[in-house]
Amino acid sequence: MIEIRNLSKWYGQTRVLADCSTHVAKGEVVVVCGPSGSGKSTLIKCVNGLEPFARGSITVDGVSVGDPGTDLPRLRARVGMVFQHFELFPHMSVEQNLALAQIKVLGRSKDEAAARGVALLDRVGLREHARKFPGQLSGGQQQRVAIARALAMDPVCLLFDEPTSALDPEMIGEVLDVMVELARTGMTMMCVSHEMGFARKVAKRVVFMDHGEIVEDAPAAQFFEAPASERARTFLARILHH
Amino acid sequence: MGEFDFTVWQPSLPFIRDGLLFTLRLTLVAMSGGIVIGTLLALARLSPVAPLSRIAGAYVDLMRSVPLVLVILWFFLVIPFISGAPVGAETSAIITFTAFEAAFYCEIMRSGIQSVPRGQVDAARALGLGQAQTMIHVILPQAVRNMLPVLLTQTIVLFQDTSLVYAIGAKDMLKAADIVGKNYNRPVEMIVLSALIYFVICFSLSLAVKQLQKTVAIIR
Amino acid sequence: MNYHWNWGIFLEQVKGGDETYLDWLLTGLGWTLAVSLTAWVIALTLGICIGALRSMPSRLPVMLGNAWVELFRNIPLLVQMFLWFFVMPEFLPRDWSLWVKQDMPAKEFLTAALCLGLFTSARVAEQVRAGVGSLPRGQRDAALALGLTLPQTYRHVILPQALRIVIPPLTSEFMNVFKNSSVAFAIGVLELTFQARQMQEDSEQGIETFLAVTLLYFICAFAANRGMVLIEARTRVPGLIARTG
Repeated sequence: MIEIRNLSKWYGQTRVLADCSTHVAKGEVVVVCGPSGSGKSTLIKCVNGLEPFARGSITVDGVSVGDPGTDLPRLRARVGMVFQHFELFPHMSVEQNLALAQIKVLGRSKDEAAARGVALLDRVGLREHARKFPGQLSGGQQQRVAIARALAMDPVCLLFDEPTSALDPEMIGEVLDVMVELARTGMTMMCVSHEMGFARKVAKRVVFMDHGEIVEDAPAAQFFEAPASERARTFLARILHH
Repeated sequence: MGEFDFTVWQPSLPFIRDGLLFTLRLTLVAMSGGIVIGTLLALARLSPVAPLSRIAGAYVDLMRSVPLVLVILWFFLVIPFISGAPVGAETSAIITFTAFEAAFYCEIMRSGIQSVPRGQVDAARALGLGQAQTMIHVILPQAVRNMLPVLLTQTIVLFQDTSLVYAIGAKDMLKAADIVGKNYNRPVEMIVLSALIYFVICFSLSLAVKQLQKTVAIIR
Repeated sequence: MNYHWNWGIFLEQVKGGDETYLDWLLTGLGWTLAVSLTAWVIALTLGICIGALRSMPSRLPVMLGNAWVELFRNIPLLVQMFLWFFVMPEFLPRDWSLWVKQDMPAKEFLTAALCLGLFTSARVAEQVRAGVGSLPRGQRDAALALGLTLPQTYRHVILPQALRIVIPPLTSEFMNVFKNSSVAFAIGVLELTFQARQMQEDSEQGIETFLAVTLLYFICAFAANRGMVLIEARTRVPGLIARTG
């Protein structure tokens, strides 16, 4: 589904991604982790073309992202993304947030979009908040709406960019529950996350990054039990004993 | 396309220079006077003495809500009644702009003073400095530094606004261009010349302010 | 010097005419409103477009937008009025130039409104750009990630938020438009300031005249302010203020 080959990217003189290669097969969940500044968010933003890259290639569902001829809006419409700071549109109600792209991008009718929105709000347990504005919801609720917004586009895969790291600890669970439920239904997911419990539970593989490089790309069980590199061991020790 | 004759620029230069000198003098006097009076107004506005702060506030609000052209006309009309004798357009212009700009510099100084953290006052008082000393040695220098780019930008606006003395016929740069244009029957060319001069001066000044802004940002 | 007050002057007839001075001032008020409101419509439309251009990720639109703003910000409004009124027609093709100079209806009014509108558009653009810049970058990313095109992103996500943020500075710009419209006297628009000068010369009751005109400008500024506050209240979004700080 997602194929990343020899990806490199520079900000001026600094290299932020160094020859990264990995993949996510259909129905798989892959968790990307690593210390801050390791390039994981940049990597995931390259997948739907939010960040341009200098070298290498990415294909998503057979479409080449870096190809100048690619219709990026059309590709992005099929790849859902969930952000660290939710990024709901604060001037629109929850139901309008869900409907906007369905109507403007997919060309659905208002009724169709509304019906789909209500169904998804139901799924993330927020049906009664449809009329509220994002500013009136808690962080956890906002992030669940953001997931529903991504799902409303019927994406072929979902990208998560640290979906729980801006949340208060007591709200992390409700968001992870939704993500676990999604994984169980067979959604293809690439998640930048430090939630190792979540990774253990649903991830097929874990990709560990440091200084723009992919240091390890291993099946989840193997990564947690016997990380191959010293860097990954240090990272795990720090994050698990916290 | 009309036919232009830009050779008129050559003989106009001495007049333009004299006009420009008046424009600059007006700008500089109004700026320095405006900053001094504006700072005093700002201190009055922030003072705990209610009537003082209210009078200063009313003055500033009044100046800021009336068109400058009208203020120029007002002063030109009223100054002779106060001074008891007619004054020239140039003198009237200088008084008007000083009084008018004071209101704008006051608002800038006020937000500059308010941008200095409260702790600075406490620290100065704790060192034994008096109220006036605290203001002069601790607060105002920081306020001016914080507000320097805005003060200078306001001065560029002031420089442009001086062209409005046209309303009372004071001989600034624009008026000089106007007169030469009429004498040589080349008004269009002279308007273009004055626009160019204003643009070059203001654009260079605003570039300088931007540069200064960067430098100040680095120092902090 | 002594001043002879005469508050009845407004109801007296002007010299050599059958209007009263009050009629003059009301005509002036009408033209002031017409010039200001037309200019404001031009300024908002262009200013929003140019402000959006200046916040684009690519270089060319930013440079064009910057050039626009610098051009209109660095020449005095009065000189701009003269440029549009006296100089612009000279640059038109001969037939057009003749038509503009001789036959164009309401030439003074249209020139003044256009000039003031363009002048103000540069200031509006500056505010709009700042408003867009103050939004978190993630909003643009989120809209693009949903498959919206860049124009759609601006139309539905960026501008609605940026415009709400800039309503307070735009309020003072709107009030400035009324004040700046006074410069139109110089090209012969019969607005308030023009009528004030004319009434002062004609009636020699300068103080009464200027007091009345000052009051009328006050009312305009106050009405403009109330209008914008009303718009601000109407477009307020629950919970949004907490977020934008």
